Amino acid sequence: MDAFLLQILNGLDKGSAYALIALGLTLIFGTLGVVNFAHGALFMIGAFCTVVLNSLFTLTKVTISATEKTPWGTPLEIHTPYVQLWFGDIGATMIDYSVFWSLLFAIPVMLIVGVAMERGLIKHFYKRPHADQILVTFGLAIVLQEIIKQIFGANPIPQPAPDAFVGSIDIGAMLGMAQNTVIYPIWRLIYFLFSAIVIGGVFAFLQYTTFGMVVRAGMADRETVGLLGINIDRRFTAMFGLAAVVTGLAGAMYTPILSPNYHMGMDFLVLCFVVVVVGGMGSLTGAVAAGFLLGILESFASMPAVKEFLLGFSIDQVIIYLVAVIILLVRPRGLMGRKGVMET
Amino acid sequence: MSNYKLNRRKFLKGSTVLGAGLVAPTIFTRSASAYTNEPGKGSVVLGFNVPQSGPYADEGADELRAYKLAVKHLNGEGDGGMMSTFSSQALNGTGILGRKVEYVTGDTQTKSDAARASARAMIEKDGAIMITGGSSSGVAIAVQSLCQDAGIIFMAGLTHSNDTTGKDKKANGFRHFFNAYMSAQALAPVLVEHYGADRKAYHLTADYTWGWTQEASMIQATEALGWKTVKTVRTPLSATDFSSYIAPVTNSGADVLILNHYGSNMVNSLTNAVQFGLKNKMVNGKQFEIVVPLYSRLMAQGAGDAVKGIFGSTNWHWSLKDAGSKAFVDSFGKEYGRPPSQAAQTCYAQTLLYADACQRAGSFNPCDVGAALEGFEFDGLGNGKTLYRAADHQCFKDVLVVKGKENPTSDFDLLEVVQITPVEKVIYEPDNPMFAGGSLGKCNPGV
Amino acid sequence: MLKTLRTNDTALMILFSLIVLAGPLILAPFGAGYPDLMQRFAIYGIFAIGFNILFGLTGYLSFGHAAFLGVGSYSAVWMLKLLSINIVPAIIFAVVVSGLFALLIGYISLRRSGIYFSILTLAFAQMSFNLAYSVLTPITNGENGLQVELDDPRILDSATGPGQLPVPSLFGMDMSSTSVVHFLGMDLQFNVGFYVSALILIAVFYLSLRIFRSPFGMILRAIKSNQTRLNYTGFNSRPYTLTAFVISGMYAGLAGALLVCMDPLAGPERMQWTASGEVVLMTILGGAGTLVGPVLGAGMIKYFENIFSRMNDVMVHDWFSALPGWLNDVLTNVISPFLGSGWQMSLGLIFMLVVIFLPGGLVEGANRIMNRVQRPSKSGPVSGPVDRTTTANSKES
Repeated sequence: MDAFLLQILNGLDKGSAYALIALGLTLIFGTLGVVNFAHGALFMIGAFCTVVLNSLFTLTKVTISATEKTPWGTPLEIHTPYVQLWFGDIGATMIDYSVFWSLLFAIPVMLIVGVAMERGLIKHFYKRPHADQILVTFGLAIVLQEIIKQIFGANPIPQPAPDAFVGSIDIGAMLGMAQNTVIYPIWRLIYFLFSAIVIGGVFAFLQYTTFGMVVRAGMADRETVGLLGINIDRRFTAMFGLAAVVTGLAGAMYTPILSPNYHMGMDFLVLCFVVVVVGGMGSLTGAVAAGFLLGILESFASMPAVKEFLLGFSIDQVIIYLVAVIILLVRPRGLMGRKGVMET
Repeated sequence: MSNYKLNRRKFLKGSTVLGAGLVAPTIFTRSASAYTNEPGKGSVVLGFNVPQSGPYADEGADELRAYKLAVKHLNGEGDGGMMSTFSSQALNGTGILGRKVEYVTGDTQTKSDAARASARAMIEKDGAIMITGGSSSGVAIAVQSLCQDAGIIFMAGLTHSNDTTGKDKKANGFRHFFNAYMSAQALAPVLVEHYGADRKAYHLTADYTWGWTQEASMIQATEALGWKTVKTVRTPLSATDFSSYIAPVTNSGADVLILNHYGSNMVNSLTNAVQFGLKNKMVNGKQFEIVVPLYSRLMAQGAGDAVKGIFGSTNWHWSLKDAGSKAFVDSFGKEYGRPPSQAAQTCYAQTLLYADACQRAGSFNPCDVGAALEGFEFDGLGNGKTLYRAADHQCFKDVLVVKGKENPTSDFDLLEVVQITPVEKVIYEPDNPMFAGGSLGKCNPGV
Repeated sequence: MLKTLRTNDTALMILFSLIVLAGPLILAPFGAGYPDLMQRFAIYGIFAIGFNILFGLTGYLSFGHAAFLGVGSYSAVWMLKLLSINIVPAIIFAVVVSGLFALLIGYISLRRSGIYFSILTLAFAQMSFNLAYSVLTPITNGENGLQVELDDPRILDSATGPGQLPVPSLFGMDMSSTSVVHFLGMDLQFNVGFYVSALILIAVFYLSLRIFRSPFGMILRAIKSNQTRLNYTGFNSRPYTLTAFVISGMYAGLAGALLVCMDPLAGPERMQWTASGEVVLMTILGGAGTLVGPVLGAGMIKYFENIFSRMNDVMVHDWFSALPGWLNDVLTNVISPFLGSGWQMSLGLIFMLVVIFLPGGLVEGANRIMNRVQRPSKSGPVSGPVDRTTTANSKES
């Protein structure tokens, strides 16, 4: 039972990351119809917003020691963070909570990145064949990740969670189970809550605002909306920006769980496409549902008991793809796909 | 570059069967050289094949720094580094056998295909006489067998799998780095000393060849000293989030978690394990412990605070105080403003060892160089007394057991050496079951 | 003369063959005239031509074609290990096995179209990759890659010399045999393996030309332009797409087999999604649906991967050695990020530039230039803005 509960939590946690990225991707891919291979790069840039902010906060005043030397022979440098120098303890707290600050930082950055990408590049590719979109966005993804590599190197850069959220809590005891059976890291619970809020926010935005209504109408029938005299292009730019922000936030919040590195975008890219397509093209709910479904199934597949049940076969190696195949064979358009979107 | 060809043994026989006119003009003259890529009078080309893209790009960059430094020293520039402390004084700063050392570089991408393509370009296009480098066992084994076929010496870079000098060993391949078995033999006694002999271990293992040899080695070494193995779980290479593998550990009854992971797998699994509070847990009345059998400084950097107090092993560390290490760290630090990594030290040492073997053999012929390396005993390259064993081309030297430092003073000062396990404790017979199967074959000079 | 090339298949075929066979001479000035890279050009050309038969003609975008390449490689190595070091049985076996594998995967995946089809093929390929890396290690030798070993049975071959591995050969001609000819100050390397690959490339290029021109090819193009309409006429298109899928899978298997014949090691990375993506990019970069485009695209990507990645700052310094020191340093610093470890950056930029400025790929770009040359200043009906999807279909060369 406790093992089961733990894997549900793990699944929800993994799923919330998948769902967030897939939500961003499906806004671009499932609704604007652009095969965006640079989507992983957006996730990565989001994560590196945290790295940048953290290193800004910990930007240090360097004084070179006159007498002491490092063990490898160069003069010793003494580092003091400016933030701490200027603000004292408050500065230290700021550094500690830099992940949250970086969310505020990531929103404008991602908005700019997203809008620039759409206006500067993607806009010209709406009517081009998917093949061209693949090539241009793949090229863009490579360039973006290489730039990050040139600046930050290839090694993962650890981003600690704020001290208050480091460690884990005993959920089992809270639910009246035996102590120390279901212990779960606090940050992962926060991530889950965070993603629930963001997902809810995006849905509410599209459901209850006029803007969202127009966008949804545009997804359904772009031409008619255009004929009604509504500038759908501008809304689509805004959509792209929104998608970039959602994805970037997913990346920024994920950094304490996964130390960011320059190729993390590519690592997630294929998975996101699978999630979106399994959810069904053109369906936001489908993408979110598929994200959580695959996350939970992936967690269960990694349980030793499951592997033993399957006579030692490492089902966790293939579970995502296996589930994708089964779902797509049983349901032709994924979980909730709309007819006619990206079907030819 | 002189005329050469990789292999023509069966050509004449075959041409009578098919008629050679079909394929190419029959101007296959017997080349004058005695072995592949025999260097001319002026210079000799070495091939540095390191990961420059992909997850190990930083490790590759450090390897490349070390190679460039080694070339400088061989050509008599700079302060000479470990050349002055090396027990064999055959090298004199005039290149190798009087020829200036030049080099070419390539990108392995940490993929066996790309690594072999890059190595073949070095052999076929640039006339490299020796290939070295790499940051994973799959690549090392792939390039090693290529060099065997082509008649080139391969000086392995970072490769830790038992197979490299075990079932996939090759006569033209040489490994300076230690291996999974030696890690386990060095680590187990220290673990027992610190954590007691009554421990139950849970293994998380990267699901590929290196992971398996590491797991088998650790199980054997720890069980011999009284530990029990509760469970071994394999994790996919592509995993980025290990929570679903870590979570079951808490209730398994185990009180030690051994992470047979490397690279970003290790960074993520260790970070996850610490997040799940495993470091502060009490099980069976004992403090729960985590062990990472193979450490590298770059990984420690990636894992951040999570490495504090965690035991592991490493081939070399810049904080060593012997004359060789100090000379190398000094020289490297002056050149690049940072201390070298263990990969850099291995690559530097391999280059010097190769150059020295040529010098002693008086020839670049791979068979002569191989013979000069086989059974060669040396000192002063940072690892103390070392033997290049003839039977499997593995170096035997002391192994460092290290621990994540509690109060690091810089980005580079993350590990502290707990114990230097003497070579007698980690050496094994060449027919040890973990290394059995496969044979060196005969050295191949090409042509 | 240029115009005839676009209309006359015989002329195209002859020119293509001449260029391929003169590979060592043409590539040597670009630093690419060494056996390994020339072999790779030819082999990946085969792979991309095969992929183009599926994608270029039917429009079905398979994102898992590397699986067939990998399966071809593994089966070929097994033949080299078990049966004979002669490459003929290895190639035949690999083509058959990958064809069967493609039949299986195609049969399942072609039940869906569009992106759903792409993801199905991707899923199968990723499963193959993950399993080959771990669970299937007894067959694939996992991370270390499957190699020819000293103690392999090789039942058809007589024993080789002790302690030496045999080299894959064609009736006694070693694939690695190379003869060097000095010509105009260059070393031209004529390699048996390259010529074997080149002849096969020419043969499969001819085959693809025939397919493009055949009624079967017309049907495939009809499927691309409007499958629904085709289905409404009572025409069952599935057998045709499946045939195209299997053919292109066999091409991939052939390419995989040739890879291990030239270099007898099969690693699992060959099946990873990045490898599948690579062939997609090759085809699009060169021009999907065109005959020579995929070969050009393959050459371009492999050139960047193998030549740009091997340039280091010392080399760059040498290029500008004639310039004053400071200028040399500045130029070196500007260019270095795009070479050596930054080769992927250059590749990414090339992708973007090509698709922005040469929509339709390299071949389309060449077509435009030819149109310019032939009709200076006057924009005739051919060179005018035409809907790209139809131009890609009507102009194949």
